[in-house]
Amino acid sequence: MSPEMLFGLLWKSLLQTLHMVAVSGLVGSLIGLPIGVFLATSGKDELFPAPKLNYAIGLIVNAARSTPFIILVVAIIPFTRLLTGTSIGTTAAIVPLTIATVPFFARLVEAAIREIDKGLIEAARAMGATPMQIVFKVLLAEARPAILLAFTMTIVSLIGYSAMVGAVGGGGLGDLGIRYGYQRFMPEVMLAVVIVLIVLVQLVQSAGDALARHFDKRNRKS
Amino acid sequence: MILPTVAADAVRHEPAKATPMVTFERVTKRFGNDAKSFTALDGVDMAVGRGEITSIIGRSGAGKSTLIRLVNGLERATSGKVIVDGTEVGGLNDAGLRGLRREVGMIFQHFNLLSSRTAFDNVALPLEIAGFSRTEIKGKVEPLLDLVGLGDKAASYPSELSGGQKQRVGIARALATSPKLLLSDEATSALDPETTQSILALLKQINAELGLTVLLITHEMEVVKAIASHVAVIDRGRIVEQGRTFDVFTAPQHETTRILLASTLGTSLPEWLRSGLKPELSAGDRILVRLTFFGATAFQPLMARLVTEIGSDINILAGAIEEIAGEPFGTLVVAYPAAPETLERANRFYAATGLSTEVLGYVA
Repeated sequence: MSPEMLFGLLWKSLLQTLHMVAVSGLVGSLIGLPIGVFLATSGKDELFPAPKLNYAIGLIVNAARSTPFIILVVAIIPFTRLLTGTSIGTTAAIVPLTIATVPFFARLVEAAIREIDKGLIEAARAMGATPMQIVFKVLLAEARPAILLAFTMTIVSLIGYSAMVGAVGGGGLGDLGIRYGYQRFMPEVMLAVVIVLIVLVQLVQSAGDALARHFDKRNRKS
Repeated sequence: MILPTVAADAVRHEPAKATPMVTFERVTKRFGNDAKSFTALDGVDMAVGRGEITSIIGRSGAGKSTLIRLVNGLERATSGKVIVDGTEVGGLNDAGLRGLRREVGMIFQHFNLLSSRTAFDNVALPLEIAGFSRTEIKGKVEPLLDLVGLGDKAASYPSELSGGQKQRVGIARALATSPKLLLSDEATSALDPETTQSILALLKQINAELGLTVLLITHEMEVVKAIASHVAVIDRGRIVEQGRTFDVFTAPQHETTRILLASTLGTSLPEWLRSGLKPELSAGDRILVRLTFFGATAFQPLMARLVTEIGSDINILAGAIEEIAGEPFGTLVVAYPAAPETLERANRFYAATGLSTEVLGYVA
């Protein structure tokens, strides 16, 4: 394969990966965030006490998280078709990726919020804050660095997951590696794919770390 | 009538003032269900006078944290009434409770500042919650930071501040909505003694300048002694003693108070003295007497006169001079021969001068 051709394939696959990861990461996180907040605040004697609903949502989240991703992709094909009109291609692949993101991110957000000192919630209550004000002004503000790291971790996981959606013709870097590098015995394509993925993950992680550090004011020394 | 000093105090001090800022009426608080419930407060009756600094002191687990949280509704009483400035807290709905909380500031042992906000924005938080505009907030926060001595730290994050500075931010935050009552939950317990004194001085200043009523809970007698005009002693969910700090400290009625006081006021005897102490007199023994000086007797040269009165054979074994709620208070433990004529001369002297005494025992 000529270098131009390899570069062209890599570029096209990288764009597909970025497209899938960006859309499913953003949409999945936007849905996962409130679910995570709810999981962290709806226990007994918490801000929005609803222990039964909390338990039910927890069960669904666990079920979704314990389903192997490749099975999820295949299992929800009817739902994907309903939503996108097709069950193959990059756009179709975004549906299972998003669905996998929601419970993953929700659990990370829940953990981030549970880390916050209960004293801050008490202080806000003592100021006369409403539960919603506590969520926005205290919980989300204080958990911001941890939530940014959770988002970074989610994106990195998604880059991994996106390698599997070749199964439904989703394309992307993983698919390129499997089809050319493995099935057509072209180790140089496989190597190129792996290098691009490593660089991509490094960039995402560094950017996420830097952002989280920027918003983390806990260990500043004058 | 277990607490005569309280009744006398009520007659002496209350008529001049309006109704108390906070009243507890037979307040009981139980946690948990019926099967294994825990009674944190058991029939508490207490009043917090307007414009005064009142302290609740007790050991950990005595119920003081629960008691203070009933005032702003962070906890709800199981039975009884908590009345804050004429409003019964238990009768308020959520919105009413939020309104009350904007009129009651609170500071905490661990400060509870938001790490993601600067000192300025931490103080601004209660104002944001109450819906003030950005300009109004600026106009209120800056004078408050100046008041607590942190005018130059507005842009600092809590992690860049010392413990004392963090508590100052906490105090400014508690004052932001111009409350009529300030609750202090062990506000100095995480601070070193020097910083504690500076924070107490600030609270005292705020009390004097703004006329703010302060209710504080603490396990440190030093704190009570330094700033509280009134004190209530709590033990296992009951108020066992309350009244003017000076009265309670100089004439403690309850065992818990005595134990809490012993370490603070230099009233506990040194071990070497206590071990040799006998309750009964035998020939040739010396008598051990604790003399307590306060009020009129604090300023007179009574020791010199006592020496003259009973002869020079008198030992001073322990003692301390303190200031309680702004009044001087001293104790001395002295020993002299327990011969009948010496004792008689001494007792005549005590009666004539009004010196308060307590016979501790006899030593060989």
